[in-house]
Amino acid sequence: MKRKKSKCVSYAKWGYIFLIPFFLVYIIFQLIPLLSTFYNSFFENYRVGLMQVGPTFVGFKNYKEILFNSELPMYLKNTFIIWMMGFIPQMFFSLLLASWFTDLRLRLKCSGFFKTVIYMPNLIMASAFSMLFYTIFSDVGPINNLLNSMGLPTYRFLAEVAGARGLIALMNFLMWFGNTTIVLMAGIMGIDTGIMEAARIDGASSFQIFRKITLPIIKPIMAYTLVTSLIGGIQMFDVPQILTNGNGNPDRTSMTAIMYLNKHLYSKNYGMAGALSVILFIITAVLSIFVFKYVTKDMVDTGAKTSKKAKK
Amino acid sequence: MKRKLTSLFLATAMVMTTLAGCGNSGGKPAAKVDTSEAAQGKVLNIYCWNQEFQERFEYFKKSGKLPSDVKVNFVVTPNENNAYQNALDAALLKQKDAPADEKVDIFLVEADYALKYVDSDYTLDVVNDIGLTKDDLADQYQYTKDIVTDSKGVQKGTTWQATPGLFAYRRSIAKDVLGTDNPDKVQEALSSWDKFNSVAEKAAAKGYKMLSGYDDAYRVFSNNVSAPWVDSNNKIVIDDNIMKWVDQTKLFTEKGYNNKSSLWDNVWAADQGPKGKVFGFFYSTWGINFTLLGNSLATPVKEGGKEEVGNGIYGDYAVCQGPQSYYWGGTWICAAAGTDNPNLIKEIMKTLTCDKSTEVQITKDTQDYTNTISGMNELASSDFKSAFLGGQNHIKLFAQAAPKINMKNISAYDQGLNEEFQKAMKDYFDGNVTKDKALDNFYKAAIEKYPNLSH
Repeated sequence: MKRKKSKCVSYAKWGYIFLIPFFLVYIIFQLIPLLSTFYNSFFENYRVGLMQVGPTFVGFKNYKEILFNSELPMYLKNTFIIWMMGFIPQMFFSLLLASWFTDLRLRLKCSGFFKTVIYMPNLIMASAFSMLFYTIFSDVGPINNLLNSMGLPTYRFLAEVAGARGLIALMNFLMWFGNTTIVLMAGIMGIDTGIMEAARIDGASSFQIFRKITLPIIKPIMAYTLVTSLIGGIQMFDVPQILTNGNGNPDRTSMTAIMYLNKHLYSKNYGMAGALSVILFIITAVLSIFVFKYVTKDMVDTGAKTSKKAKK
Repeated sequence: MKRKLTSLFLATAMVMTTLAGCGNSGGKPAAKVDTSEAAQGKVLNIYCWNQEFQERFEYFKKSGKLPSDVKVNFVVTPNENNAYQNALDAALLKQKDAPADEKVDIFLVEADYALKYVDSDYTLDVVNDIGLTKDDLADQYQYTKDIVTDSKGVQKGTTWQATPGLFAYRRSIAKDVLGTDNPDKVQEALSSWDKFNSVAEKAAAKGYKMLSGYDDAYRVFSNNVSAPWVDSNNKIVIDDNIMKWVDQTKLFTEKGYNNKSSLWDNVWAADQGPKGKVFGFFYSTWGINFTLLGNSLATPVKEGGKEEVGNGIYGDYAVCQGPQSYYWGGTWICAAAGTDNPNLIKEIMKTLTCDKSTEVQITKDTQDYTNTISGMNELASSDFKSAFLGGQNHIKLFAQAAPKINMKNISAYDQGLNEEFQKAMKDYFDGNVTKDKALDNFYKAAIEKYPNLSH
């Protein structure tokens, strides 16, 4: 009996061994920082000049301060508005481009070239991109010169609510629509062309095919884009931070939740920053679960499987 | 097994974070100084944020007082985004445990945050610890000493420069608006804020802007406050004089007397150049001879332009005192507690900041205005003149302005609060919020930066 067992080689352990590097990196760089964030959020711990205050255990005081005494809801609202302003056109153009690129009847020439071009903005660093926009849309920048030469008055983009939010949304849109297009294209190309052909033979128009066949099948992929974009949206930071010089001008209407978090960096306020991070963590988790459940609730089994893969 | 592992990890994580928490609360370095010859270290570490002090340090080397076996290390961290202070703080917090040759010996500070270091145990008394005498310091401008004097009245730093501010105006525009470009007559027309405002109105009628942006006059008001930013109960107090700046700037903005720019932005720089239509700028010593001069040229020096009349508006500027005296900028030398080179630091401070002949030489070589009252007065009454200012002797005006600067009301929070106040008020000037809302936003930002304050 014993001999027989030793003959049977177990390969399962190799699976675990090969997974060790991932778990090590995950624990050191993700799990421990995550747990220490939770831990730190219960302490009063900051520095004023060279004077260290705390750490003193204060229970949920930091949470109370943020939830009832700060303007976090306003910053979350700003984040959400700016995210939506960028996400809706992003989804629209990505779907349009993805369906064009994959349409067999259109036979677009140099689609590889266009795919590269629309992906380009994503390759530029967000900070460089923001600096560029800051210069282009400054009060004496090229855009205002153009407006003036057409006889229009100077529009102070960064001093107006719509201007500042609009610019941030525009940049997010430009940076991410290429990426979304590629992801959606992958989804559309996974559809069996036979279904499309059959529909076409039955007399369906391109729009009908798109609405009745393509859209329902790529729903899991869309859910994936929505969830990743939502998480990315909640973490929106670099673009508005640099464009508004960290102030969220005007009147803090373009200050996002993470910019608010960053404000606590100056005083090395680990307690408040920790509490804020935990709150954002919970919000992100709840939103993701909710969106994902909602979008995939009437999905057929195969779809659900695809979505699991996609999620990874 | 799995569960055990998980709990082990969790426990480890908790312990590690607890330990990390303990590490922060380091002790303070001892403030004792050993001046015996044997105890002097052979490495001098100087923390600073640009090359300026390295250039000034050459004057100390020339004096021959630097022992040949001492190695001087400049640790340069750029100023942007608080990076210099962060680096310096980290080094100072480790000062006690660092090996003698790695300890900070000298660090430089700016006025806006000088008190943060001066009012701590990390800096040494320049008289009792370092050994400069009151006589050595007697020829320095009082305000340069006030800025680095802590709450107990102990002076803990010293500087080679004084940076009084003046109002630099365009001669051509002054002629058009006031009918004269004579500095004395222009000064008479601008000697109070009421007069300043009425000149602004006249300038606007002729299509000029009085000032470039919102913050141009800020320092002139904030240097003349009646109390520090923060009172003894850690409560933020907005001084009446600062509110006067708010009201004046709002008036200027509404009536179109300014160009809505911000300090250092491209609109502001362009306003100082040949195409600018701005009457004048508040600038201090370094600003006039470096920044303003650079901006006034049509062809920058980098592109082969010469600093001479005919290139842009070189020669079209002149200076006058303006409505109130103020200062802007400056660099102070502090000796770090725990240093092993106190004798050398004493020599450096004495040579660079107390020695009249060295300082006058610096002024002659670099146009930097130095911290020697008698030396500067001598230059003021000489035939020293600036071609950039159309042949005016600006040292004379600086020498008159410098003794009038009063900086008794600074606080350790000046830098952060000044910055946040200007930022918050910009929304009010732009017409996006009411004055109360802007003040609210200021308090909010202030407490984010300094959680120990209230309002």
